Amino acid sequence: MSLEQRIKDCLGADVVEITEFRGDVCVEIPKSRVIEAMTLLKEKAGFDFLSDVIGVDNMDLYAKAKKAKKKKKDEEEEEPKKEGPPPPRFDVIYLLLSLSRDERVQVKVRVPEDDMDVPSVTGLWKAATWPEREAFDMYGFNFTGHPNLRRLLMWDEFEDHPLRKDYPLEGKGEERHLNYDTV
Amino acid sequence: MNFQAIQGEGWLLTKAEQLINWGRSRSPWPFPYGTACCGIELMCALASGYDMARFGAERVAFTPRQCDVLIEAGTITKKMVPVLKRIYAQMAEPKWVIAVGACACTGGVFRTYSTQQGIGSIIPVDIYIPGCPPRPEGILYALLKLIDKIEADHPLYKNRQKVIEALEANK
Ligand code: SF4
Repeated sequence: MSLEQRIKDCLGADVVEITEFRGDVCVEIPKSRVIEAMTLLKEKAGFDFLSDVIGVDNMDLYAKAKKAKKKKKDEEEEEPKKEGPPPPRFDVIYLLLSLSRDERVQVKVRVPEDDMDVPSVTGLWKAATWPEREAFDMYGFNFTGHPNLRRLLMWDEFEDHPLRKDYPLEGKGEERHLNYDTV
Repeated sequence: MNFQAIQGEGWLLTKAEQLINWGRSRSPWPFPYGTACCGIELMCALASGYDMARFGAERVAFTPRQCDVLIEAGTITKKMVPVLKRIYAQMAEPKWVIAVGACACTGGVFRTYSTQQGIGSIIPVDIYIPGCPPRPEGILYALLKLIDKIEADHPLYKNRQKVIEALEANK
């Protein structure tokens, strides 16, 4: 049985979309079912190792796609089609590995900008602690249930989330100041 | 050092300034503050192949209290800035700073939100070495330049104005 089929069987109705690109299987699951689906993947499908948790900001991607569409429309002067709701801005991607079978799968969760809560998987894999902290630091996901959700790379007083596409590359002039005890 | 020796009794005449400079310039003990790739070149310059100890940088001090030259080799992130400031403040006078590499001089290729654009804006730097990374010869050359600088210093003259002012105030 192919990996794709096995994951479909394992997750059942939790699969929103499953794609394969050059041997990499990517499965999208709804945000509300993260813990359940991950538990299934870990315990039934044998994905016992969490390599990384990463965030993606799709803002520019969607903006570009929209622009291209508009251009095309202007040229052909077609009737404007009805557009659905804009896709969620952020993705959280979990990279899972099965150590016994040497198989990998990417699990994608869509996160809209106005609801940044994502259930934390630290209960399943302790290894998620730091990657989740990093994703919080860079994108501002609120991993609910995380034991210690502090910034990992930037300093604690830093206010923004620098890997978001609307954050300027050269920063907004933040500086770090520490008041050491002089006693 | 210019000096005049008188034979027999073992007398040596020189100027206090020159004696002090002689001592300081022959023992610039480095504090290796390697924060990125340039630190590897610094290690190379310190190790036997290039042997910085030939020029008096004999003892690499891993405590800021016991060193004279802060060799800042590598990128300084903004998160690191207060630490660098503190290390510099902890060093005892007299102290000098060498900035090794493009990152320490100007921020280098990292023109981003997280990188300090040159350490010159946070602590006084004596010698800048360009390069990404500079070769160990570059670091040795900078050390020799620093030694020249120390020898041209006026350690007693430096605070003269302050001393005069203090004396005037006490009159
Ligand atoms: S100047 Fe180049 S070699 Fe040196 S720390 Fe920066 S990036 Fe690394």
